[in-house]
Amino acid sequence: METKKSLFSRLPIISQLKKSMGLQRGMLVAGIVLTVLFLLTAALAPLIAPYGATQRFDVAQGPPSSVHIWGTTAGGYDVFSRTIWGAQTAFLVIVVAVVLSIFLGVILGLLSGYIGGWLDRIMVVVADAIYAFPTLLLAMVMSIALSQGRSTVWSGILSAAISITVVFIPQYFRVIRAETIRLKAEPFVESALVVGASSVRIMARHIYKNATRTLPLIFTLNASEAILTLAGLGFLGFGIEPSTAAEWGYDLNHAQSDATAGIWWTGVFPGAAIVLTVLGLTLLGESMNDLNDPRLRGRKRSGKKIRKKNNTTQDEVVDA
Amino acid sequence: MSRAMKNTTAEAGETQPVLSIEKLKVTFATDVGDVQAVKDVSFTVAPGEIVAIVGESGSGKTVTAKAILGLLPETALSSGAVVISGNDIITVSQHQLRQIRGRDVAMVFQEPSTALNPVYTVGWQIAEGLRAHRPEGKRVGRKEARKLAIEALGKVGIPEPETRVDYYPHQFSGGQKQRVVIAAALALNPGLIVADEPTTALDVTVQAEILELLRDLRDQYGTSIVLITHNMGVVADLADRVVVMFQGDVVELASSEVLFSAPKQVYTQQLLAAVPHLGRNSASAGFTERAFQDKEVLVEARDLEIEYPGRLGSPAFKAVDKVSFTISSGEVFGLVGESGSGKTTIGRAIAGLNRTTGGSLNVLGYEMLNFKERSFRPLRKDIGFVFQDPAASFNPHLSIGECVAEPLIIHTDLSGPAITAKVEDLLESVQLPRAYAKRFPHELSGGQRQRASLARGLALKPRLLIADEPTSALDVSVQAKVLELFREIQTELGFAALFISHDLAVVDILAEWVGVLYKGRMVEQGIGNQIMGNPQDDYTKRLLASLPVPNPAEQAERRAIHQALLRGE
Repeated sequence: METKKSLFSRLPIISQLKKSMGLQRGMLVAGIVLTVLFLLTAALAPLIAPYGATQRFDVAQGPPSSVHIWGTTAGGYDVFSRTIWGAQTAFLVIVVAVVLSIFLGVILGLLSGYIGGWLDRIMVVVADAIYAFPTLLLAMVMSIALSQGRSTVWSGILSAAISITVVFIPQYFRVIRAETIRLKAEPFVESALVVGASSVRIMARHIYKNATRTLPLIFTLNASEAILTLAGLGFLGFGIEPSTAAEWGYDLNHAQSDATAGIWWTGVFPGAAIVLTVLGLTLLGESMNDLNDPRLRGRKRSGKKIRKKNNTTQDEVVDA
Repeated sequence: MSRAMKNTTAEAGETQPVLSIEKLKVTFATDVGDVQAVKDVSFTVAPGEIVAIVGESGSGKTVTAKAILGLLPETALSSGAVVISGNDIITVSQHQLRQIRGRDVAMVFQEPSTALNPVYTVGWQIAEGLRAHRPEGKRVGRKEARKLAIEALGKVGIPEPETRVDYYPHQFSGGQKQRVVIAAALALNPGLIVADEPTTALDVTVQAEILELLRDLRDQYGTSIVLITHNMGVVADLADRVVVMFQGDVVELASSEVLFSAPKQVYTQQLLAAVPHLGRNSASAGFTERAFQDKEVLVEARDLEIEYPGRLGSPAFKAVDKVSFTISSGEVFGLVGESGSGKTTIGRAIAGLNRTTGGSLNVLGYEMLNFKERSFRPLRKDIGFVFQDPAASFNPHLSIGECVAEPLIIHTDLSGPAITAKVEDLLESVQLPRAYAKRFPHELSGGQRQRASLARGLALKPRLLIADEPTSALDVSVQAKVLELFREIQTELGFAALFISHDLAVVDILAEWVGVLYKGRMVEQGIGNQIMGNPQDDYTKRLLASLPVPNPAEQAERRAIHQALLRGE
């Protein structure tokens, strides 16, 4: 029987860490380490980075040296500082994008799933239509519409975030809608209906909490996708201008021509930053997903002592 | 060939058991540490013998059955010995295990509709087992397999096996599907069949047929059967010997006659006492006319019809067809019927969960034919509802107290502390400790949850309570306690109740007036003891006769009557 555990050990990631073992635990720990590293970098960027994100130097394309430990770009930016500050930009974009899409997605999903009928049909068609668009194209259109070419730090981040939001809402919408439709037929919802609870009360009190259990998982998986979308936008030149904030995708784009000239440092570091962050978030999300499902979760074999006893009894049987 | 060999070995050593389990112990690794599901189980099964393993949920009976076939999951660790025809299932390799399964031992599952693969014909599924083995040293050819499958279907009493062999599972009824599952188990003539609750998912009338089939198999082919069940009536009907399990241990092992007439252990005695027995403890004992008929009529159905819209092209399905009845204030109306009879549909219609489509259904003065949620809502405080599955009818994220408080919050102006006090009083009235208000549904046992569910249903002192199979998800001993509680509270508060159940014996304990539904029609209604004692309708007669009673001698008599009834008097 499950007893009350301390609040700490019931927190999403902590509780999963306790349940894990073997390879699954390794994946989860790697995910946590990479993600924490990313979060720390984003939070402590002003302390870690030696220069500002938009600070330019006369040394263009300078190789790694004691002054610029990861070298400088063609535009005269310090690669190390840009990579560190890039974490902050990425973090902000993820938070804004995911929070916005969760809010809208959950509300729309609940309404659509619970009320059903024509409202549901229209919303599903719209969600499908958005789904059918290539993500990046949609994000580009949104980005252009929102920023209208001009770009400051916040308008850049917001336009990137909102364009990502539009792409993600259908995902949350679909998950929550499917759960709501399933829960609608559950006896406990019917029992609330029989008691005379209003639709709003049923949605808010009975369905909402039960439908949102899987959200932390989609959250981590989507966070990594958000970074990729942001990087894609930046790479195509629709992201945040280099003069306003550091952004990995933009830096990667401008490192293209350097690569052929043998200047490796401008591309490797922002690229590695993207890879590691996405890897960390994906590992975290995937292993949490597996650990939450008792059928996918690995367990220790029960005590080895019994196995030994098993062998001896087996011998006895053979002797007899 | 293999059958002949098996027969000779059986003759050679009549004392040689088909299955012998010795000191079986099974441990599961879970998140909260190791759980011993089976602690120490030993018994043997002789050729042609039917051994029943009975016990309540959590007693380890299904785990024992799975251990016999080596079907335990990876997280389980078993020790001891399970010997089938000289092989110890626990220690043999996967390869040997595959050979033993099907050839020496086969399994019949609880739910026939999930045990069959819907995208293959039944013939293919029976042949699959045949082709996996080489009964006579060579692979079974396609034609040969088909022939054997037809033979197997014939054996289990499927009419026209030559054409039916090409049918898909959905073209069979539930009982026939179970016959197909048994045919697949029989295909290789195993000496032993393990049947895990083979009739639990079936209606009583179908259950009687399947039990008859299993008995025939034993009599004709000498197949041994290990029967796992919680139904003492089934045990009395079929078993030669009974193993009673409780919390992973064998409590008592005796022949069926001895166990039912003189149970030795206290647990067995309690278990047998808790089984509802038709005709005993009847709520309408001594009644000659309908009680409460002069009281106010709360629910009145006249030619009630409820249709479910058909899919494109197919006609609507009539779940309830011209049903008329009344429920008066203070009366317990028992509604009995098999699955698909429309009994739940009627209950849900009264609570406004289903729409009626014809006739008239008047609930507390409200005509349900022009149902509008908004105008019906004020009446909801007078209607309580107790659902079948207590585990699913509570929101897992709310505490028991919060769940029970829901109707109070919605319909009354009570303040927070007053509600808390009221909830605790309610819990006390259903014999739950006050402190349980703070617990979550999963921290309660099934019986406790159903009590809490009753407390919620009664929170607003409703005039009418609808109980839809409230005890069918519970173990017998728990069921007995919940029924007793229900009866006490009903006498005390005097609410009217619609008690829906498939179990005649249970309905008889509670209801003064009983209605029998069959395929959406009310075939008979009357005073409980008259329906049970002197049924008029053919279907009611059949239903009563097919209900196995927990007494082997009495059951043998009833079986003879039932057979006569089926043959046509």
